[in-house]
This record gives sequence, C-alpha cells and structure tokens, in this order.
Amino acid sequence: MDVLLFLVPMALVLSTVGLLAFFWALKSGQFDDLQGAAERILYTDDHPEHSEPPNTLDEKQ
Amino acid sequence: MAALDASFDTTPHDQDGRLKLDLSTAVETDKQGHHTINLLVGNVHCGGCVRKIEDRLTKEPGIETARVNLSTRRLTVTWQGDTYHANDFAKAVEDLGYPVALYRMEAVVERDKNTERDLLMALAVSFFAAANLMMLAWAVWAGHFATMGQATRDFFHWIAALIAVPSVYYAGQPFFRSAIAALRKGRSNMDVPISVGVILTTLMSLYETWTGGPHVYFDGALSLLFILLIGRYLDHKVRGTARSAVHDLAMLAGQPVQKLLSDGRLQPVASDSLASGDRIQVAAGERIGVDGIVREGGSSIDTALIDGETTPKDVTVGAKVLAGTMNLTGPLIVEAKSVGEATVLAEIVRLLEAAEQKKGRYMAIADKVVRWYSPTVHALSLGAFLGWWLFGGMDVPEALMIAVCVLIITCPCALGLAVPITQVVAAGRLSRKGILVKSETALERFAAIDTIVFDKTGTLTTLEPRLVGLPDDESALTLASSIAASSKHPLAQSIRAAASDAPRIKDVEDTPGMGLSWMSEDGEVRLGSARWCGLSDTETAQHGKTIGGLETEVWLTRPGHAPARFAFSPLLRPQTKQVIDTLKARGFDVAIMSGDRARFVGPLAEQLGITDWQGDMTPADKIEAIETMKAGGKHVLMVGDGLNDTPALAAAHASLAPTSAADISRRAADAVFQGGSLQALPELLATSSGTRRIVLQNITFSVGYNLFWVPVAILGLVTPWIAAIAMAASSILVTLNALRLDGLKPFKRLATRTGTNPAGQPVATTAAEGAV
Repeated sequence: MDVLLFLVPMALVLSTVGLLAFFWALKSGQFDDLQGAAERILYTDDHPEHSEPPNTLDEKQ
Repeated sequence: MAALDASFDTTPHDQDGRLKLDLSTAVETDKQGHHTINLLVGNVHCGGCVRKIEDRLTKEPGIETARVNLSTRRLTVTWQGDTYHANDFAKAVEDLGYPVALYRMEAVVERDKNTERDLLMALAVSFFAAANLMMLAWAVWAGHFATMGQATRDFFHWIAALIAVPSVYYAGQPFFRSAIAALRKGRSNMDVPISVGVILTTLMSLYETWTGGPHVYFDGALSLLFILLIGRYLDHKVRGTARSAVHDLAMLAGQPVQKLLSDGRLQPVASDSLASGDRIQVAAGERIGVDGIVREGGSSIDTALIDGETTPKDVTVGAKVLAGTMNLTGPLIVEAKSVGEATVLAEIVRLLEAAEQKKGRYMAIADKVVRWYSPTVHALSLGAFLGWWLFGGMDVPEALMIAVCVLIITCPCALGLAVPITQVVAAGRLSRKGILVKSETALERFAAIDTIVFDKTGTLTTLEPRLVGLPDDESALTLASSIAASSKHPLAQSIRAAASDAPRIKDVEDTPGMGLSWMSEDGEVRLGSARWCGLSDTETAQHGKTIGGLETEVWLTRPGHAPARFAFSPLLRPQTKQVIDTLKARGFDVAIMSGDRARFVGPLAEQLGITDWQGDMTPADKIEAIETMKAGGKHVLMVGDGLNDTPALAAAHASLAPTSAADISRRAADAVFQGGSLQALPELLATSSGTRRIVLQNITFSVGYNLFWVPVAILGLVTPWIAAIAMAASSILVTLNALRLDGLKPFKRLATRTGTNPAGQPVATTAAEGAV
C-alpha cells in the first residue's frame, strides 16, 4: 500500500492546480463576457486593414 | 432589449448630430495618460455588431483598444491624446446605427460583481474539497467491508481533515456571514441551522479523527456546501440579470446639464454640482435637471413623470419647473432653486425608500418554516442527549455524539435548496417571456395578491397620443401636416405622421405653449389650442363635437375656411381588455388609480369594465388608498410606470412596471415587463402561484424527509454513508420537483377564450366617431 503515499498527494496536487487555474481565470476576467467570446471566434480577422488575404494561387504558380 | 432601447433619450447627440452632452467630462485618465470611457451601446445583438463597432473605432486616431462586451453591452475604449475625442468615438458608433449612452459604474453594480465572484470562488473551493474528500471517503467506506488497517484509515482521515477544515472555513463564509447578521438582529434564517450543521459536522469529524474513531463526515459537510452554493449562485445570477437591466438605466440619471456661464458660454456640468441661483439652458427635447424658475423663453413641458398628467403644461417666464420633467418645444433658461438631493424628484425617491423599508419586513416562507424548524430539531437533539445519558446508560461523549448526529442529519440542506432552486426556475421561465423579477421575496408576494391596482397613463394606455379624429376637409390635414413638420411637440408629430408626404413649410413660427403660426399668401394660418386660434366655446362646439372629454384637441384656422379640428386620444395597450377580463374571471379585484384628470379616467374605466376607479390622485393619495386597502386585509398589486406611482409601487404588497417606465419606478417595482402587452401580468400571476405551490411541496417534502431520519439518528445508527445519501437524495428530488415549473400552463382556459384583438385599439371608439 506504499503507493498511496505517492498517489494521494498527487491527486491533491493535481486538483489544487485545477483550482488555482480556475482562480486565475476568474481574476483575469475570462468569464466577464461569455456570450461575446463565443461569437468573436467566428471573426478571425481582427484588423482587416493590416492583413491582406494571402494569394494562394500565386504561391502555387 | 426593450429595457435598454427605451433609455436612449439621453444620447450625446441630438437628431441633427449636434453635441448635446459632452462625454469628455466622464473620461477617466490614468497616470500614463491613457484615457478610458465606458459607453452603453444599444442594438448590439451578435458578434457581427461587435466587430463592426470595434473595427470602426480602431481606425480612429490614438485608439489603443476598443472592446464591446456582448453580455453587458458595454463598450470600453482606451486612447491617448485629447479627452474630447470621446465625443468623436460616440459619434462614430452612432453613425454606424447603434445608439450610445453614458455608462456610469455605480458602486452597487461593483458590489454585485464582487458578490458573484466571491460565490464562484467559494463554489470552486467546495467543489475541489468535496471531490477530494469523496475520493478519500469512498476508500474508507470500502475499507469497512474489506480490510483496511487502522493506520491507513487514520492517515486518510487526517488528510481529509487537512483539506476539509480550511475549505469549510472558506466556502462556508456566505452562509456564516448571513447567519451572524441574522442572529445579531435577533432573528433566525435558513443560514443559521445550515451553519450550525456544517460547523458541528466538521467539529465532530475532527474529534473522531483526533481520537482515531471510525466515522468522519467531512465529505458530507463539503458536498452540502457545494450543493447549496450552486443554488445560491444561480439565484444571484438570475436576479443579477434583472438588477443590471434596471441599473444600466439608473446610471443614466444624474446626467449633465448645460450651465450658462456669465460670459454667455455653455458648459456641461453634473446637475448636483450646481448652486442655487445658477442658470442652465435646457434645449427642446431635454429633461430639466433642476427644480427652478424659468427666466427666459417659453415652452410646453411634459410633467408625466412627476404627476402623471397626459397633457403637456405651458410654461413662461416666472413659472416653476421641476427636475425630471421634459422640455418639449422651446429652449428655456432656468434659474436653479434646488438641486440634487433637494429636488422634488429626490423627495419622491426618499418617499420610495421609506415605503421600501416597510416592505423589507416581509418574511419569506422558508424563513417562517425555519422559525419553528430550528427549535424543534434542537429540542430533539437535546432530548436524544438527555435520554441516552440519563436513561440509556451512555457516558457523556457517546450521548453527545448521538445528539450531534441528530443535528447533522436534520441540517436543512434540501430546505435551503427548496426555495432558491424553485425561484431560479421560475425566474428563468419568466425572463424568457420578458418579465424580470428583482427582489427575493417578490414571487411569494405576487402569489398572495387578490387586488390589482392599475395606473392609467403609460400602464393601461401607451404614452403617445394617437390622432383619432380628423377634419372632413382633406386639405386641412395636408396644410396642418406641412406646418406641424417644424415642431417637436408630440401632438404635432402625430399630425405629421398622419400625412407625412405633405411638403414642409418654412417660416413657421412656434409660440411655445400655444401653437404654430404661418403667414400664407391669403393671411395667417394657426395650428394649436382653441385659445391660440382665437376660437370661442360656441365656435368650437359648432365645428366639432366634444364627446366625453376624453380627447385632447388641436385646431387649425385659416382665412376663408371653417376651423378644422384634430382630436387625440391615448391608445390602450394591446390585449388590455382580455387581460382585465381574465383577471376578473380569476377572481381578482381590479381598480384604477390615476393622477390624470377624472374626466379622462372615467370613460376608459367604463370601456374596460372597471367600476372601481379614481382620478386626480397625488402620489400621497395613492399611498393612502393602498394603505387603506391593505388595512382592509387585501393584498394589493400595483401596476404603474410614472414617477408619481413610484411610492405607491413601493407601498403595495407587490408591484410591476413596464420597461418604458421612469427609471425610478423600475427601481421600485418588484418586477418589470418588456413588450407592449399587459399579457405579462396573468403570466406573472400564474407563474408565481405555481412557484408558491411547488415551494410549499418542496418544503413539506424536505422537512418530512429530514424528520424521517431523526429516529435513525436517535438510535445511533447513522454512519457517514447514510448521512451522505440522506443529504444528497433529498436535494436531488427537490431540484427535480422545481424543474416541473417549466411546464406549467398559464391561466390557459381563460387566456384563449376570446379571439385576438387588433393591437392599438383607440381608447373610446365613440370619441373617434363623434369627431369625424
């Protein structure tokens, strides 16, 4: 049963990491706008004026 | 969101794009010179809108970030350079077609956000602890049936104790604080027995761990906290949504006013920074920010917010005007007499707060149950201790352990969940129908209602008057529309809407409070009140029949023609008649209390079949009437929207306001409804009575369930896994029962009895016929 001395602390450490990660997410405002984040991902192009659409045809030629 | 859209009468720019409100006064600047402003943006519905706005703003010079929060509709812009740019940003967003208003962070909202965060943190901690403890507990339980050495078990117990004690201390805070607050006031609430249960469970388990005993209950204590915190978090979230809908709007109060400086320049300042004697300029279409006296100009002002009058009042030099009233037609220079807290508006707010405090004494059903539940279980536990010690032949620690077991098993976990979960489901159902419930006990109070009092203006009727009586002569309407095009008066705009393709006429002179005049080739044409057009009573009687006095009139006089009459009448909200019929058939007493003149109220009451009505009531009259009803044993629901109804809303047993209501009324009401129809009312009443039924079922069930385990505990048969099952099972059942509320049918038979009514039916058809 010596394995317990390894497994139990490991379980505790892993869940503590999870808890701290959640605290970090909460404090850094990850949950402030749940709706917006879901829709924002549909618009990947954040600054259209800076980025030209890559011309893939030219590259192939 | 109708609630938001209704608030954009305080947009920074007027119709012609001129700056009305200088946003640079609201800019915050940090030490590095970065400016930040928060704006409320309307009509934002999807990621596309968000992107459009953000992309547009990033093109502006000096912009660092522009970010729209889709959930709160808040736009945060940071930039470097001139603070005045804030106005350009607002203009840019407005030009995209999104109305903008100033978003002011209020302490209340901040506090709300912090509470929510605290609850989430507590929830996370309790989940972390409960999961780990459960892992350890299962191992120990399994060890009871197989072989587990004493040393391993104690090792597990000690680890469990190390996790549990700090977690209980942290995750239990919301309950402990509320329990202590209640006890300080000499009261008891649901959190008292919960706190006692959780703390005792932890202490007893610690004792067991210390003495190397077989049973610890740490997992039970933490999973109990976890379940209760879920309920509490959901509860907070739902009401937070309702509150923020109201607060977004409350933030718009205290808007800047245009101070008139001695050199004739205008400076936008906060209204409460003015001193008595300062002069402000109020443009047409703006709300007056102070109580004061008109020094220059003349206009019509809409006082509906203060006294519920539908007809605009005429003011000239020397007239008194009140903060909160709307200047309709001409610019005014007003000398401030009282500002901020000293205004009549603030006085009404105080009246409201006093009435609200009285309502705060209402006791929730759950708290009533706890009042007898706690003493009962405490007595039972004491009885178990004394019984085993004195007659059962146990020594003190053993008997004490049994007494503690009784307290643990009767810890009102399901009871603590029975009410919040049901209310969360009910609030979710209502918010899908556009009804937002704000206060915790509101649904319980709505369920007890037997009398419903309506305000008239803005509640039974819409706020805008509708043109119901046209003159016979077509040319009169065309001419009137051409003249009316140059006025912002609501009546003029109604006329304009009736014939909007008529050509605009320039050189129309607007005499505020009286009417419009225009010099045609044949002579002077006047549009306005009978007095303005120089008509005597006999003449008005001759050219248009006035029936019932329900309508407001506007006259048109021109050389060579008979005077033409335009009659206006407010509109009923759609389906009002059916709603009233449904309510009456359901056995509710229905009454109207209006601040409007009795001759306007009577015909409407008659049309709706309401016999109990009163007009000409001041806010104090309304409170008094409601108090009389309450003293007569009635439970009164007040439905109203005006500022003049606000104290009555607070004084009534429960209250409802449309989202078109004055900011302050929305704050006072227990619930607000969106949309034009009063259908929300039967829906709300049906849901609240359903909620009450299910709450009672849940309470009965959970109390019964807990008491069922008492004999088991008294006999000393409780083991940790029995405690875990006993606590979790009842919570799940209570939650499932609450979910039934979603399928509830609202007053079904009666609501569908009559066919649908065309929306926007004029108040009195006879008046319309009489005019034509």
